[in-house]
Amino acid sequence: MAQIRVENLRKAFDQFTAVHDSNFTIENGTFFALLGPSGCGKTTTLRMIAGLELPTGGRILLDGEDVTFRRAAARDIAFVFQLFALYPHMNVAQNIGFPLKCQGMGRRETSDRVLETARLLRIEHLLTSKTSRLSGGDRQRVALGRAMVRRPKAFLMDEPLGALDAEFRQLMCGELRELHDRISATTIYVTHDQHEAMSMADCIAVMNAGRIEQIGTPQEIYDRPASMFVADFIGSPPMNFLYCDAGVDADKHVVKFKGVGIPIPEISEKHPAGALVLGVRPEHIRFSDSAPVRGRVFGAEYLGTTQIVTVVTEQGTVKARLPSSAPVQVGETVGLAFRFNSLSLFDAQTGAAIRTASQQTMSRERGGHG
Amino acid sequence: MADVSLRHVSKRFGHVNAVRDLSMVINDGEFVVLLGPSGAGKTTTLRLITGLERPDEGLISIDHRDVTRDPPGTRDIAFVFQQYSLYPHLTVYDNLAFPLRSPARRIPEPAIRKRVEQTAELLHITGKLANRATKLSGGEMQRVAIGRALVRDPAIYLMDEPLSSLDAKLRAELRLELKRIQVELGATILYVTHDQVEAMTMASRIGVVRDGELLQLGTPREIYENPADRYVASRLGTPSINFLPAGLIPDAATPPGAETIGIRTEHLQIAKASGGEIVGRVHRIEHLGDQNHVHLEYRGQMLVTLADPHQPLQAGQEVELQLAAPLYFDAAGQRIAATIH
Repeated sequence: MAQIRVENLRKAFDQFTAVHDSNFTIENGTFFALLGPSGCGKTTTLRMIAGLELPTGGRILLDGEDVTFRRAAARDIAFVFQLFALYPHMNVAQNIGFPLKCQGMGRRETSDRVLETARLLRIEHLLTSKTSRLSGGDRQRVALGRAMVRRPKAFLMDEPLGALDAEFRQLMCGELRELHDRISATTIYVTHDQHEAMSMADCIAVMNAGRIEQIGTPQEIYDRPASMFVADFIGSPPMNFLYCDAGVDADKHVVKFKGVGIPIPEISEKHPAGALVLGVRPEHIRFSDSAPVRGRVFGAEYLGTTQIVTVVTEQGTVKARLPSSAPVQVGETVGLAFRFNSLSLFDAQTGAAIRTASQQTMSRERGGHG
Repeated sequence: MADVSLRHVSKRFGHVNAVRDLSMVINDGEFVVLLGPSGAGKTTTLRLITGLERPDEGLISIDHRDVTRDPPGTRDIAFVFQQYSLYPHLTVYDNLAFPLRSPARRIPEPAIRKRVEQTAELLHITGKLANRATKLSGGEMQRVAIGRALVRDPAIYLMDEPLSSLDAKLRAELRLELKRIQVELGATILYVTHDQVEAMTMASRIGVVRDGELLQLGTPREIYENPADRYVASRLGTPSINFLPAGLIPDAATPPGAETIGIRTEHLQIAKASGGEIVGRVHRIEHLGDQNHVHLEYRGQMLVTLADPHQPLQAGQEVELQLAAPLYFDAAGQRIAATIH
């Protein structure tokens, strides 16, 4: 298994730059997710690491060794595609063993390795089955087995669960992560689904328009998004934004929104004088009659344990996650109180986060990097 | 708008019982969602109501009029499909006006204009009326498809997974919109889906279906808090309900005859191990940002519960479990009441 290091990696297709100067290091055994909307450059990044695409600039190091221009076959990396194509005329064992057969490995050793792989994936009872008879999940497992059987240095996966329905995807997420815990292989997982990335990855890189906006653990990215893009991309429903028109008060503890003052944590870094955006996660909002931000309830969505309440305020539409026991009437006027320590602030012009004192304390306490 | 009622409706295709003895009433102004996996008979039910299929047995009536043998065109129903099949060569305006321009209706053009404009406003697509239908985003196209049903004023709207081809964000947005529109119009809607979130967030009542059978019909809260059987309990809730064999966990409220205990995340609290008797081990922690899903092992069984993301927990750690008012099921999977002390 291996460490993967990417230095100033860049890829341009004619006038269009798909990936701008990317830098990251994936430590040995890490489950790393590249997350972003379609067209953000995540698949291009993955394909360059795999050797399926040559970079325009920069370097790729596999265990310290420069593999930037090495052929894909010589990189000792396994790629799992979105559409898992199995050989229909072969049974499960033959499908899994195929890469070894291509390497010219002996029959006995091949069958030992296939059995070992099937055990890890818990599909040993299917080895003699035809692939056409398999369920979606088992096909996925066989496709993974074919990638694992070579014992590559790293796994690259491009939306391997994209074609599955929601409930099944969740099940497979759990399975993939458990498999990772068993074999601890360095994995790069490309997805546009924040839920998949959050639930599986040790570390996430959020990409937007060819650039990495933030790299961090799922909780860091959720709690302290580096930009409005990240804050909006992560979380369901995403972070609420309140656009501030009057800047920060002299003592820097209050932001003004359409005449309403909202207390904020102390700002710990220099920030431009322009307009600010206040970010608040839905679960950090509660109803309070005395709160300065007021609005009308537009709708309530029951979810069992909790409900999502949409409130239209003068400062913008806000979604709050409340216990489902809280009484909510559509049309009623409510006050919204925000959990002070969990607020985020952004520069309205650039979308970049402005760090506050409480966020720094959080990161110190957790010994996080970021 | 009108009531729609089905009485003992059955439909077989060869050996498959697509719909079995289905009886339900959709009241005027109600948003009823049929929730079930593919093959449960949801779409067949819609097709029976429209008249695209004929029932083998039973009666279907709309506004107290028996329509069981009536042809589809006379039933006064609007249908929204999963795939927004708009006319690509027409503008949004003409797509919306199309159902009203049917020669059978003879609606004057000014009345059509008024109706289309009202609908466009309701759907927030007024600015797009002059656009070609193909020049729209996915979400806008689905709005137009819904709009094409809304321009008419039918007895009932039937919707077959209309949001399933949209991405998660748009789906969330349109869920809320559709509910708002339904309330504003007082529309009667029968909506089928396999997505529990759509069912819970939009429905006045949910009907849970499986293998052609309606298992339970009730408000989202009734279905979630008071499921009739194990299957219904497992259909709602994220993460889904945990099932443990009764007797595995000490619990004084377990009634005689209980075979299984159903434990939703809110029925299970975890705390630092401090000498209590019910101890589980943290197997894996899944970070979702607003909360963590904690996967626990308890006497060889896996359980999932929720925890605050900042609660210090680690894989391998022992935690004490506490049950709070779980659900009980008998050997046949039917719900039974807790023993009250």
